[in-house]
Amino acid sequence: MGVWQSYKLRIQRRRWLVRAFRKRRQLSVVVDRTNQIARSDILVFSTFRNENLRLPYFLEYYRNLGVDHFIMVDNESDDGGPEFLSEQPDVTLYRARGSYKRARFGVDWLNWLQRRHGHGHWTLVVDPDELLVYPFCDTRPLRALTDWLDASSIRSFGAMMLDMYPKGRVDEVPYERGTDPLAIAEWFDSGNYTIQRNHIMGNLWIQGGPRARAFFPTDPWRAPALNKVPLVKWNRRYAYVSSTHMLLPRGLNLVYDEWGGEKASGALLHTKFLSSFADKAKEEMQRKEHYANSYEYRAYASDDSPDLWCPWSERYINWRQLEILGLISKGNWA
Amino acid sequence: MTLGVVMLVHDAFDRAEQVARHWVAGGCPVVIHVDLNVEDATCKAFRSRFEDTDRVLFCKRHRCEWGAWGIVAGTQSACELMLDRFAQVRHVYLASGSCMPLRPVEELRSYLAERPRTDFIESATTADVPWTVGGLDHERFTLRFPFSWRRNRRLFDAYVEFQRRIRFRRRIPEGIVPHLGSQWWCLTRQTLSAILQDPDRPTYDRYFRRVWIPDECYFQSLARSYSVNIESRSLTLSKFDFQGKPHIFYDDHLQLLRRSDCFVARKIWPRADHLYATFLGGDGTAMAIAEPNPGRIDRIFSKAVQRRTQGRQGLYMQSRWPNRDWENGITAAPYSVFQGFTELFEDFEPWLASVSGARVHGHLFAPDRVEFEGRSRTFQGALTDSAAMRDHAPQMFLTNLIWNTRGERQAFQFGPISQQSIDWMLAKDSNAQISVISGAWAVPLFLSNRDFADLRKDAAWLQKVESNFLNVLRSPWTKARIRVWSMADFVQNPVEPIQAILQEMTDRSGPPVIETPRMHDLAGFGQFLQNLKNQGMHPYLMGDFPAAPPPLSQTPKPRKPYLVK
Repeated sequence: MGVWQSYKLRIQRRRWLVRAFRKRRQLSVVVDRTNQIARSDILVFSTFRNENLRLPYFLEYYRNLGVDHFIMVDNESDDGGPEFLSEQPDVTLYRARGSYKRARFGVDWLNWLQRRHGHGHWTLVVDPDELLVYPFCDTRPLRALTDWLDASSIRSFGAMMLDMYPKGRVDEVPYERGTDPLAIAEWFDSGNYTIQRNHIMGNLWIQGGPRARAFFPTDPWRAPALNKVPLVKWNRRYAYVSSTHMLLPRGLNLVYDEWGGEKASGALLHTKFLSSFADKAKEEMQRKEHYANSYEYRAYASDDSPDLWCPWSERYINWRQLEILGLISKGNWA
Repeated sequence: MTLGVVMLVHDAFDRAEQVARHWVAGGCPVVIHVDLNVEDATCKAFRSRFEDTDRVLFCKRHRCEWGAWGIVAGTQSACELMLDRFAQVRHVYLASGSCMPLRPVEELRSYLAERPRTDFIESATTADVPWTVGGLDHERFTLRFPFSWRRNRRLFDAYVEFQRRIRFRRRIPEGIVPHLGSQWWCLTRQTLSAILQDPDRPTYDRYFRRVWIPDECYFQSLARSYSVNIESRSLTLSKFDFQGKPHIFYDDHLQLLRRSDCFVARKIWPRADHLYATFLGGDGTAMAIAEPNPGRIDRIFSKAVQRRTQGRQGLYMQSRWPNRDWENGITAAPYSVFQGFTELFEDFEPWLASVSGARVHGHLFAPDRVEFEGRSRTFQGALTDSAAMRDHAPQMFLTNLIWNTRGERQAFQFGPISQQSIDWMLAKDSNAQISVISGAWAVPLFLSNRDFADLRKDAAWLQKVESNFLNVLRSPWTKARIRVWSMADFVQNPVEPIQAILQEMTDRSGPPVIETPRMHDLAGFGQFLQNLKNQGMHPYLMGDFPAAPPPLSQTPKPRKPYLVK
């Protein structure tokens, strides 16, 4: 990479940070418990809208992994979710007014909050429907992973999105608040992912899975990106560029090995396809606040309650299964 | 007579205290060296925890940095204090705060008591070990290293390079043969005091002060001069990964550590509560006095390093995306590609599936859809038959297919009608077994019922594509196992080639007697080719088919199925 290129990326990073700084006005604090944050705490950052159904399990799941504090951004929910969160002892709640889309799908808000609260911490940026799985996650807490990453001088940890879906129509089994969504959406696609490399940002662009298969069979290049770098030892100079798919400085996107080896990586189990999905898709269609003019949601909405299951779908068991299938890797963590 | 433990501590003080008390409870005095980088207040608080015992002492503190002299200086101070204050100590064990005794201290003591004059210190000459990371082996001893590797990597590298350039070499002091080995040793009082009280020690210290990573060579080299009986191994189980940092043990390693029979393990994750509770909880269940046997742990960690450096062959995923030619094998397993066989034979696919046991697909790269076996809509790994999705990333489609079906051989049809974008990949892949009957694409044209003008156009196009593919296969970069016959040669004697292919596919030496598939009736094919020629299109890939029907005297007998023996 030439000097000019890296200068351009530097300017771009600055631009995102300035933008985040400007968008901070849209944020107002509802409950501030940031004084509880200790120096080595692991923090979760998340934006949500009308996710009351999922929030209890989301908190429970990440508390069990050893997350110490949650910094949540509520984008105009009206389903009681914010009230629920404001009662939680380890949650700092912000409210964001204004367009989700114009805040680049929440990235600007989180960039600002991470800059403010995340400096020097391991930060995990996930949506309420994403559950992080990493090697040994059933026996070792998240802290074991971050300690190991620290010891190995690794600053970022990649975890691709793995779309989970139920067998049968998506709305067949209603999801109950507080229960494990993976009990319903327990299937995934094991081996139909395609990868391209973004030579400017250095990240991999991963597509595929059930969404590409079911909704974009004729124009697969429009299928949603699945690559993510959600876990980063944050520095106030870092900035996410587009969702958590990539960030700057671009060295953080190098979560893969280029010389034949495998780096450690995890997966975000994406439990979007629950019974609440159809309503959500319709609502988002009307709001038009999603990526690429809600193209994705338009594709979903055309099929009211899709059945994503196919005879070759794989039933989720644990991280070891994902490791054997080659979706995640232990790297040299043993 | 007893064992003394020297502990180097720089963090996780709770655990360090726990371990130190465990040593003391086992009857071993402990001398602790606390890194000078640790804040005074923290250190003081730590010291005050041991006010209740006189078996734990603290020595003069030195600033420890990885790869620098401070660690050795700290060890020296601690050892001097140990030898001075605890006269009954016969062996001194060097450990760190994150080391953990796996077996009862009593067992270690009796093990050492049986070997009163043995020094356990791993030490080997630089020429003999492949451990060193970063390319500095002998140069550790002949260059100077004034800059920190951690903080000033560039200066460090530049200064090394500079010294190489001007051919700078330090003189190694008389009487020292450089040896390397694990930092964690156990020396006898005799050897250790000989090292520490050597009149030449200032010379040696001055020399080693500028050696790279002296903690891995100071005692290791000097012990060679004094010890009467060196066992070149460390009693501490400590595994290093490919970057030279120690592997860490967690709760889920419990059974592994138990069965290792090692005395001490390093490095334990400070929050591995279960491990600490088990091994330091101290019911002292005596295991049989066994020799340490870290074989299983070795295997696990060397596998991890291999996974990190070589990865799984043929896997492309979020954390493995090799640059071109660094794939270490393009696909995961051997597979077979057939060009021209379905065109020439009737029902070739089911026949091949039955004789080879492989999964036989149709034209996976057909222009309109993916022809999976049985023409199913989806396949292993939830691949779909959408041509658009396949063509979005055709190479990954194939690598995915082969990866998803590991353990089962795949075979598929290819040809000039297929998408050609994987041609180079096939040619360069040593897992590909490619068999081509060149020119067989003309058979479907011959059998079809279409206007001759269209056929002529198609034939010209198909011939061009196939000849292109054959050129790729003939390139010097080709690694695939390739067989090419012209169609004319092949129909003369189809048995032998098919037998050879099958043998390679199934890895069987003596193939059973089987039936070849039935060939399409080629009567009139020569005339068809002649017609193409007459129209100005020159079909040459299929070889020479005489245009005239065979003379009457040789009336063609009805074709019998061929037998393969």
